[in-house]
Amino acid sequence: MPHVAEISTATSRAAAANSRGTARSRAARIGTERVIRGSLLACALLSIVTTFTILVILLVQSASFFAMPQVSAWEFFTGTTWAPLLGEEKHFGIWPLIAGTLLVTSIAAAFALPVGLLVAVYLSEYAPSRVRAILKPILEVLAGIPTVVYGFFALAVITPFLHEHVSESFGTFNALGAGLAVGIMILPIVASLSEDSLRAVPRSLRDAAFAMGGTRFDVSTKVVVPAALSGIVASWLLAITRAIGETMIVALAAGGLASMTFNPAHEVQTMTAYMVQIFTGDAPAYGIEYKSSFAVATILFVITLALTVVGNLFLRAFREEYE
Amino acid sequence: MTTPPNAPPQRNIDIKPATPVVAPEPVSAPVADTEPIAIRAQGLDSWYGRVQALKGISLEIPKCRVTALIGPSGCGKSTFLRWINRMNDPIPGARASGTLTLHGDDLLSRSLDVVELRRRVGMVFQKPNPFTKSIYDNVAFGPRLHRSFRRADLDELVENSLRAAALWDEVKDRLKSSALGLSGGQQQRLCIARAIAVGPEVLLMDEPCSALDPKSTASIEQLIRELETSYTIVIVTHNMQQAARVSDRTAFFFEGTLVECGSTDRIFTNPANKQTEDYVSGRFG
Repeated sequence: MPHVAEISTATSRAAAANSRGTARSRAARIGTERVIRGSLLACALLSIVTTFTILVILLVQSASFFAMPQVSAWEFFTGTTWAPLLGEEKHFGIWPLIAGTLLVTSIAAAFALPVGLLVAVYLSEYAPSRVRAILKPILEVLAGIPTVVYGFFALAVITPFLHEHVSESFGTFNALGAGLAVGIMILPIVASLSEDSLRAVPRSLRDAAFAMGGTRFDVSTKVVVPAALSGIVASWLLAITRAIGETMIVALAAGGLASMTFNPAHEVQTMTAYMVQIFTGDAPAYGIEYKSSFAVATILFVITLALTVVGNLFLRAFREEYE
Repeated sequence: MTTPPNAPPQRNIDIKPATPVVAPEPVSAPVADTEPIAIRAQGLDSWYGRVQALKGISLEIPKCRVTALIGPSGCGKSTFLRWINRMNDPIPGARASGTLTLHGDDLLSRSLDVVELRRRVGMVFQKPNPFTKSIYDNVAFGPRLHRSFRRADLDELVENSLRAAALWDEVKDRLKSSALGLSGGQQQRLCIARAIAVGPEVLLMDEPCSALDPKSTASIEQLIRELETSYTIVIVTHNMQQAARVSDRTAFFFEGTLVECGSTDRIFTNPANKQTEDYVSGRFG
């Protein structure tokens, strides 16, 4: 072995150079570690405390809403008339708001879930890397557009188009225009997250299917999408959660009339749009309308929380998929 | 299934002392005239971009025999294997020239129907890669791609494929449960069953035992021996003992060239080439 002498010289020189460095004291090491741990804990606590504070305020205000003599919990949970601003004839039946939210969300989902998945399949399975390098950033830009812009896009472009080319019955404010705009807004969420889970499917599974004579379409639809399904469903649930909670688009484009309708040409009010209406000055502070919006917010919170939990369960199943 | 009567006897390379080379055979010994040839390569070159991975490979692979491709990492043996079912196609910059035929059909032709080729040439990969589906659906996957079946026919096909892969008795009571619940060795036999179910003539195996424990390896090796009666098998392996145990012929690749090819007996006991001798005796690689 010709290098033995050289190696032993080098190792002893490295050891000598190492011992010339200044040692860090044990106390300083422990002190720094303690400060870092403390500040990280404070940051974590801040977010937890904020969440709990919101939850407590929602519950307290809702409770005081239901305690008011004009309000019946029965009517709130079963009523189909929402008329909080009608003087003596106030009605607080939440179903029109839920119906409006469902209508807009369904339209958005019917557009964005399938289209988003197709975009993801294209990006992950079909697109040459050069095309993907262009399309993916564009999609991410789409995700970064402020929702108010989508709102007036619905008012200025989608609704006039519907009025002119689909039906005269589409008014200035309608569920379809708002729903499509919300759909465009959540499209990048579906496409991007679904693509991540499609790409996480091991290449070996694709190889196996190709080696048995599968076409690209066979491999995409029969192997990759089924293997990534829980991730795809999770992306769908997350997107639906975003659609339900979306406020600016619906406040601008869907209108402010709470009505029990499933006609997409009609004006509807969503739960979020109602809250905007109350908090932007139409109602006296601390009155019954003010408090009603907290009850609505609590219902919204429960719905989105349920969807988030279901989404997380799917994601967990997804993680266990391949091994 | 039993070992065919014309199968070569079990070999053990340690028993026979290396006899001195009396008259070295030609480096790439042709397959005996009586044996039908399944795959024939002549002057096969292959590139990945500007890197040449195969240099003038000429090799004959006999029908219904096991041919082992050995050689150090990066020698081109996997590249050669993956041209036989055109799995190199999607790799950017991969191309080949020369001649490569399967029963006379040109495998490098642009007009070749790759889907049809892959029905005729099945492949088993290094790591077991069952689909995230039931055992039954894994085996039925390939057949369903190519034709529609009546339920009873498909059941029969799945059962026979699993029997051929010596897995039926272990899984017959849980065909509907996930293939991911099987052990590594069982998963690899499932992958073999899945490849058989498509009805291929050739089975390509790319280091099929490298992710398995010795016991599973032994069961796969025995299976390869039994499948030889029905299929032309080409196996890439890093394990010299495995090549000696399972194959009839061995081809030694080095840096993109075919150094030596001949009967496994001769390659391991009496190699004509010094490099081959060094490699099979474990002096390098």
